[in-house]
Amino acid sequence: MIPGSFAYHRPSSVQEAVALLADLGTEARALAGGHSLIPMMKLRLAAPDNLVDLAGIKELKSIRADGGDIVIGAMTTQHEVLASDLLTQKIPILRETALQIADPQVRYAGTLGGNVANGDPGNDMPAVMLCLGAAYQVTGKSGERRIAAREFYQGAYFTALEPGEILTAIRIRVPATGHGYGYEKLKRKIGDYATAAAAVVLTMTGGTVASCSIGLTNVAETPLWAEAAANILVGSSLNAATVKRAVAAAEAITAPATDSRGPAIYRTKMAGVMLARALAHARSRAS
Amino acid sequence: MNDMTPTSAERAEKLEGMGCKRKRVEDVRFVQGRGNYVDDLKLPGMLYGDFTRSPYAHARIKRIDTSKAKAVPGVLAVLTAADLKPLGLHYMPTLAGDVQAVLAEEKVLFQNQEVAFVVANERYAAADGAELVEVEYESLPVVIDPFRAMAPDAPVLREDLAGKTEGVHGARKHHNHVFNWQIGDRAATDAAFNKAEVAIKELISYQRVHPCPLETCQCVASFDKIKGELTLWGTFQAPHVIRTVASLISKIPEHKIHVIAPDIGGGFGNKVGAYSGYICAIVASIVTGRPVKWVEDRIENLSATAFARDYHMTTEIAATKDGKVTGLRVYTLADHGAFDACADPSKWPAGFFNIVTGSYDFPTAHVEVDGIYTNKAPGGVAYRCSFRVTEAAYCIERAMDILAQKLGMDPAELRMKNLIRREQFPYTSALGWEYDSGDYHTALNKAMDTVGYKALRDEQKTKQEAFRRGETRDLMGIGVIFFTEIVGAGPSRNCDILGIAMFDSAEIRIHPTGSVIARLGTKSQGQGHETTYAQIIATELGLKADNITVEEGNTDTAPYGLGTYGSRSTPVSGAATAMAARKIKAKAQMIAAHLLEVHDDDLEWDVDRFTVKGNPERFKTMTELAWAAYHGVPPGMEPGLEAVSYYDPPNMTYPFGAYICVVDVDVDTGMTKIRRFYALDDCGTRINPMIIEGQIHGGLTEAFAIAMGQEIRYDEIGNVMTASLMDYFLPTAVETPHWETDWTTTPSPHHPIGAKGVGESPNVGGVPCFANAVNDAFGFLGSTHIAMPHDQWRTWTVAENLGLHA
Repeated sequence: MIPGSFAYHRPSSVQEAVALLADLGTEARALAGGHSLIPMMKLRLAAPDNLVDLAGIKELKSIRADGGDIVIGAMTTQHEVLASDLLTQKIPILRETALQIADPQVRYAGTLGGNVANGDPGNDMPAVMLCLGAAYQVTGKSGERRIAAREFYQGAYFTALEPGEILTAIRIRVPATGHGYGYEKLKRKIGDYATAAAAVVLTMTGGTVASCSIGLTNVAETPLWAEAAANILVGSSLNAATVKRAVAAAEAITAPATDSRGPAIYRTKMAGVMLARALAHARSRAS
Repeated sequence: MNDMTPTSAERAEKLEGMGCKRKRVEDVRFVQGRGNYVDDLKLPGMLYGDFTRSPYAHARIKRIDTSKAKAVPGVLAVLTAADLKPLGLHYMPTLAGDVQAVLAEEKVLFQNQEVAFVVANERYAAADGAELVEVEYESLPVVIDPFRAMAPDAPVLREDLAGKTEGVHGARKHHNHVFNWQIGDRAATDAAFNKAEVAIKELISYQRVHPCPLETCQCVASFDKIKGELTLWGTFQAPHVIRTVASLISKIPEHKIHVIAPDIGGGFGNKVGAYSGYICAIVASIVTGRPVKWVEDRIENLSATAFARDYHMTTEIAATKDGKVTGLRVYTLADHGAFDACADPSKWPAGFFNIVTGSYDFPTAHVEVDGIYTNKAPGGVAYRCSFRVTEAAYCIERAMDILAQKLGMDPAELRMKNLIRREQFPYTSALGWEYDSGDYHTALNKAMDTVGYKALRDEQKTKQEAFRRGETRDLMGIGVIFFTEIVGAGPSRNCDILGIAMFDSAEIRIHPTGSVIARLGTKSQGQGHETTYAQIIATELGLKADNITVEEGNTDTAPYGLGTYGSRSTPVSGAATAMAARKIKAKAQMIAAHLLEVHDDDLEWDVDRFTVKGNPERFKTMTELAWAAYHGVPPGMEPGLEAVSYYDPPNMTYPFGAYICVVDVDVDTGMTKIRRFYALDDCGTRINPMIIEGQIHGGLTEAFAIAMGQEIRYDEIGNVMTASLMDYFLPTAVETPHWETDWTTTPSPHHPIGAKGVGESPNVGGVPCFANAVNDAFGFLGSTHIAMPHDQWRTWTVAENLGLHA
């Protein structure tokens, strides 16, 4: 649990960070809260020569409304997500999810940006971002661009980020007033990654589903957006038979690994159970 | 006496002696972060060691190249087996009579086995060096499944034992065989089965787990070349034994070895034996002339230091139709890993597994154990239990439930019918133990009354009907167990470690002002010895516990003892403490008689003083007598007031208890929720009820961890899959259930204060209680035995196989 040697850099602006990453090349890694990268370095599974710590960049720490969107700076910690009245009011699924990430100590340090940018399929926020249709603001040497969360994840730890780019902010369209939501996560203990988890945001009109979006955590190499499952539910009253069909559609797109959480078949089935429970929860909250 | 004179009761209360819920004195430093652990030690010029370990479970070492490691700035030395072999130190003896490689020479036999030891002037340089030691391996076929270890064509693991057909415990019948151990009357047991009206048979496996103390194993070795003396600080549960073993191995005279165990952050059996890190740190200190620190990390601790359990017990019970047990037969396959490094008393290769008849009056029984080698880490320690007792308790308590199910009897009723009766004590079991005392029926009745057992069964029946109607997806399970522990090893007639009898010791010295220092041969790792031993002395000598310092762990100052494990501290050293105190009291009585000018026999003891019989206003307090011992002793008597006692216990002690657990199982996810857990313990005389409660909370939490999730698991090529706390289940406060504790008190008749030991009872009784509760939840659907651990996916799989997800 002793990392190899590395140089430490602490830029104070995004421009400086981007310039450093460009200069240092592929042997440099950006460091956010450190709860994924540092353990990997301690195990010597990651051995970057340079760490570019983003903690000194004030502009990356903010939560603000921007028209119909809310923009969250990448270095906002999970604790700050929990403490935000704006987020609790407008996008309450973020609070529900953050509360299920690790423990308070980790949430004081772990960041939303690090959680979504690392490409770890075990992280909770990516599936929620797929569910919400969020967009990621990224900056590199060649300037800024925006990437849809639903197009960001390409494989385990493999994302649409180009070398030298850093994720600076997450932009989320505020869901409709009265929407229902739920994040249901099965885990073995506090601090564990999900055996399977499901995020649901839906709206109801007169007892039928008007819109629905579903994200799944840790049941494939990437977080999953279960579009077909959600489409099955739109127009339904969430009756048992339809939910069963949607669950089957969601299970069909999973491809989990067998690990200490259980065999692949179990984790697929748990994705289904979590989805059914998240749907019920979301429905009970929708108005 | 005037009205202001405190009564005997008031004076007794002020002593904070036995029975007092005295706050733990050691916690003052622990809760402030002021403990003094091995890794807090920083010596001038200290170096750091780190291991290069094998990525393979079984491989031949073709070549080791240390040149790149030696080139790392700060690296001073790299030790390999080639360096240790000329010193005769590439193998070390184990407590079980086997040898274990200190650094692998020709072969590695388990993943993460130690191959090279890199010494550097800085911790990071040591790790960099360890990464750069180049080892060329040729992988070999592995033996992971214990049931295939003795196949005729199984790979030969221990080439160093080639041609050795005799082990320390008799003939070896296969190249991967360690020992065969049998006890009991086979013919009588076979006869009981031949005429049995009912019999059950089940393979009951207790998975490989690890004690996983919060503080890992570590040491600092410092060799003084001028004096030729070695000082070794370390996480040792048995520091005196470590000194003797270090002397025998290193040939350094024992008086020139100073072993010091400072504060220890949990042991649970993991810190009883000797590890390669200790030997390598000592050698490195001798080679470099500087102190060398070795501190293992969590992965090393979980994957390379001593595991526990891995017992596979084919269990049979014979009984009458109305539920009276008539015979017990157990055949156990014991997976010992690559080297037999079990920490058992030397004559007991399967520990005290023959306590497997449990709390029941079996007329006859037979036990056979085969120990085998596999490509797994060595160990086999008693993880918060006496030697192999938790395996035995799990075995019999599961089997009794299986029998109850077959008979259609309530499991509590079956136990009531077969428990040893109060009037049968002292009771000699079919497998040879003499149980000292017990009142089992009273304990089980109290437990059942307190939880409202019948109402729970009624509720369960209602829930089962609702489940069948599809109205709920939860199953309710009730676990009932009754356990008997065997602790306090042990009597010299049958217990020794490497030939040293398993006595233990206490030395008490009273200072002139009546304050006290007591030193013991045991070593607390969190048990609270500084608090409880002082309470024994306080009651025995009438001196305030607050004025008594208790010291352990320094082999130069403490009397020789065998250490702390197997709940032996109170039964053995606690007894020595009382006996030493009584020697002091006898001398004090003579001094009192001299000062009061009466005959010794004219005095009587009253809490903290000797009074003249019939004239209580004439007295001498123990504090006064302490002062007198240094200037006013009778003519011919030596001054001073101190004593030492080496206590060889006449028998083991047999704590017992009745536990009841209620669990709710979500069949759709396999999640379990422990709704209720009630633990009634009888540990004889209770020294500190608050510490007992804390011990039971801790032990139950570990039992919960073992039953519900802990497992050291290997894949088919011997990779250890659970070597970090991500996958090795250590529950947090969130997962840990609420505990209800209770007690009865049946003193041990042979122990000076009647105490039996308690630290490990909750682990012994807890594990089968959780397991029985989960099994009970599914029992009405036809399931008979579900293997541990009862984690989510396994529990879900049971439901899946029963067709509950259709």
